[in-house]
Amino acid sequence: MPVNLILFYVFAAIAVITTLLVVVQSNPVYSVLLLIGSFIGLAGLYVLLNAPFVAVIQIIVYAGAIMVLFLFVVMLLNAPREEVVQSNLIDASGTRAIGGLLAIAFAAELAWALTRSRGLAVSAPDERASYSVAAIGQRIFQEYAFAFEATSILILVAMVGAVTLASRHSGKR
Amino acid sequence: MDFLAPEAIAQLAILGFVFFMLLNSAAIMVYVERKVAARIQQRMGPTLVGPAGMLQPLADIIKLAMKEYLQPKSADPILFALAPIISAAAAFTAFAVVPFGAETTFFGLLDRPVPLQVADVNVAILWVFAVTSMGVYGIVLAGYSSNSKYSLLGALRSSAQMISYELSYGMAIAAVILLANTMSIRGIVEAQSGGFLDTTRWFLWLQPIGFFIFMTAGVAETNRAPFDFPEAEQELVAGYHTEYSSMSFAMFFLAEYINMVTVSAIATNLYLGGWNGPFLDDLGVGWIWFLLKLSFLLFFYVWMRWTLPRYRYDQLMAFGWKFLLPLSVINLLVTAAGVLYFAG
Repeated sequence: MPVNLILFYVFAAIAVITTLLVVVQSNPVYSVLLLIGSFIGLAGLYVLLNAPFVAVIQIIVYAGAIMVLFLFVVMLLNAPREEVVQSNLIDASGTRAIGGLLAIAFAAELAWALTRSRGLAVSAPDERASYSVAAIGQRIFQEYAFAFEATSILILVAMVGAVTLASRHSGKR
Repeated sequence: MDFLAPEAIAQLAILGFVFFMLLNSAAIMVYVERKVAARIQQRMGPTLVGPAGMLQPLADIIKLAMKEYLQPKSADPILFALAPIISAAAAFTAFAVVPFGAETTFFGLLDRPVPLQVADVNVAILWVFAVTSMGVYGIVLAGYSSNSKYSLLGALRSSAQMISYELSYGMAIAAVILLANTMSIRGIVEAQSGGFLDTTRWFLWLQPIGFFIFMTAGVAETNRAPFDFPEAEQELVAGYHTEYSSMSFAMFFLAEYINMVTVSAIATNLYLGGWNGPFLDDLGVGWIWFLLKLSFLLFFYVWMRWTLPRYRYDQLMAFGWKFLLPLSVINLLVTAAGVLYFAG
């Protein structure tokens, strides 16, 4: 078996198992850590697809920055166990029906996507040029410049909103 | 890939050598730290174990290994054991992409030259960033799982500090990437070769402010004095590793020193021209220059720790956000304009 294929199965197994455990076990701090493990598994898959830049960005942005925030929130709430809330909303049969429908829809979508793919792509054809940092930069800042700027303005709006919400008391004092 | 090719064996040898030297660097740094601290305070430092006390780190390690492994009753056992492992593993992994010498054939032993580096990745600098940001988890989890207020406060301070200073750190590095036009650390070093005595093209001369920002943020990233808030003894006992003992404490210690070595090695490669220097490079032993520059920076770290008093926490945050970050943004803008003007 080629090394790439073995590595693919290793990283895929890491990603799938950790993601399942995120949902299955009940300690939120462990969930956060397992999600980080899942992101690292995904990053490994990106490396196998000849996209090291995407892999590293995946680790920096998701596993590094965003999950630190998640971890802080979980830690500061200090919730060692997920509490099973007994409420009418969760027990209602309508909620379960919608959840079930969503699950079926996702399963169907996954099956459809699998039939459309042209076999297993264990590693992409060696087109290093199109995945290099320079190529990605040119794509983002020339072809998709408008979408990129629009996204950054969206994030800016969210930031301003967060600052306004956090400092709403300071003006009245 | 042929695992018995001479190049592959050389690569494995380099890997083992780097691992071994990183372990040793912590021991050497402990000795240097104690000796220099003692001299600065007009003491003798360790003198009894071995010649001039040189075996003192060994005695320290044996002492640590012999100690009992303690764990607080209310600690989370899995996370408590995991935290030092994450810290130490991240510290080792970050060094994997740091080159420490030009390509060499080991004095004609090999047919093709191999680079003196564990892995030459074209996104090396981002890799260092990614792994360092994983190291934060070791500290945060140590603080959380200990279930002690001092540990938690130390961990919170540490992560706040690391996240704040990572911005300036990244901006300083971005300016260097602009100058070298590559993200590979080896490429950046090669961009600095040439000039008078192989020294005039170091990025230090083009980026003096960048170097200052990098070193300051590097000290904050490694939680060293005068920015050692996570373990401010007077306020927090020992910060995030208050509850740790024995080898799990030693692993945090190891991680701290290896992080220092990594930051200094990257500073050497990014600003001080790596293994570029007069004469030695032509003989094929440029790595001696690298070691000399690295040693100087490490000595500088120790020197600073025992000379400067610790900042106040609010001063640290104000300094990071209101002075260092604007300075690094201006530095990046000026560099970008310069590159555009002179290269375009």
